[in-house]
Amino acid sequence: MTSIILAIVIGAAFGAVLDRIGATNPNWIGKMLSLKNLHLMKTILLAIGTGSILMFAGQMIGLVDVGHMSVKTAYVGVFIGGLLLGAGWAASGFCPGTGVCAAASGRKDGLFFIAGGLLGAAAYMVTYPAWKASGMLDAIAGGAVTLGTVPGSKYEGITGMSGDILGIILGLAFVVVAFVLPERPMGGGAEPVPAE
Amino acid sequence: MVLNWKTGGVLLGFVFFLAVLLVKPIGVSTQFVILDGIIGDAVNSELVTKTEEGYTSTNAYLAKSGGKYAKSVANPLNYSFIFVLAMMAGAFLSTMARGGLSKDERTMPAIWRANFGDSAAKRYAVAFIGGFIVLYGARLAGGCTSGHMMSGMMQTALSGYLFAAGAFAAAVPVAMIMYKKEG
Repeated sequence: MTSIILAIVIGAAFGAVLDRIGATNPNWIGKMLSLKNLHLMKTILLAIGTGSILMFAGQMIGLVDVGHMSVKTAYVGVFIGGLLLGAGWAASGFCPGTGVCAAASGRKDGLFFIAGGLLGAAAYMVTYPAWKASGMLDAIAGGAVTLGTVPGSKYEGITGMSGDILGIILGLAFVVVAFVLPERPMGGGAEPVPAE
Repeated sequence: MVLNWKTGGVLLGFVFFLAVLLVKPIGVSTQFVILDGIIGDAVNSELVTKTEEGYTSTNAYLAKSGGKYAKSVANPLNYSFIFVLAMMAGAFLSTMARGGLSKDERTMPAIWRANFGDSAAKRYAVAFIGGFIVLYGARLAGGCTSGHMMSGMMQTALSGYLFAAGAFAAAVPVAMIMYKKEG
């Protein structure tokens, strides 16, 4: 029961924040991915940095249970799947999480995205054995690994560096990039009046 | 209007931190598979079956990793599935609290209209095909923008960086070709 309450609280907070930063709005996604306006990119980079610093600092002082980490396996299909997701994300302006939120906030094209997504996921479920047989789902570079070695974690590191310290350093690097990244790298004069 | 990136970034980062502190890193795309499984099992109850150790499925993907997806299909009231429903509720309430979307935006975003005109059918077709490719790719990769890119890179996972490299390598050229006007 506790886990259901947490799902409702954290899920609702996530959906509301995605709405408020413009991530559920294909206008902002399109402007970001065509490099016309990187406001959303700066938001996302700062979020990854903030999350990383808080998580690793929390693990160092014992506030965060290292067992909560969930590191996915690296394999060739991760990159190929990333390419596919990227192409569809750019074309539609939605990714899985923002698509369902967009549909919920009244975007009818978001409903078509979800319908296509359910069919795409089903198509993968059917073709999964072929991918499995191709070897492209086999772990590479150690599989489920982190860049440094996180103390107390069940995942190995690809370097012997302290995973906590490295996580905080990389977190700070994300924050710095968020600050230095220009909002409008291509220039292009004044911002058009935003939609809505 | 959207939040200033500094406020928005810290808020979003805090939500990702909260998830890892209290439960586990955020992820979404698996739930498309779970919903497919629920629909499939309603049509054909042989799809997911109970075993002595847990659950299994006639579909190899649902049955993999000891049937953990099959188990979620059989028990939809689990954390990750409710999480996605709550996300939708949160986005809905947040949108309504700021006055909702205009009729035009509800049909298609301004950036689409500026580049491809007013045909709703065309926009819906691309949203549908886009959704197909996005979820096929996300399942092949084993995660999406939230699970791989945000949660993954936040944890310094190698797979998160590999995924982000692929996603942006395709997304930026496609967006630059398709969206020449800002809307």
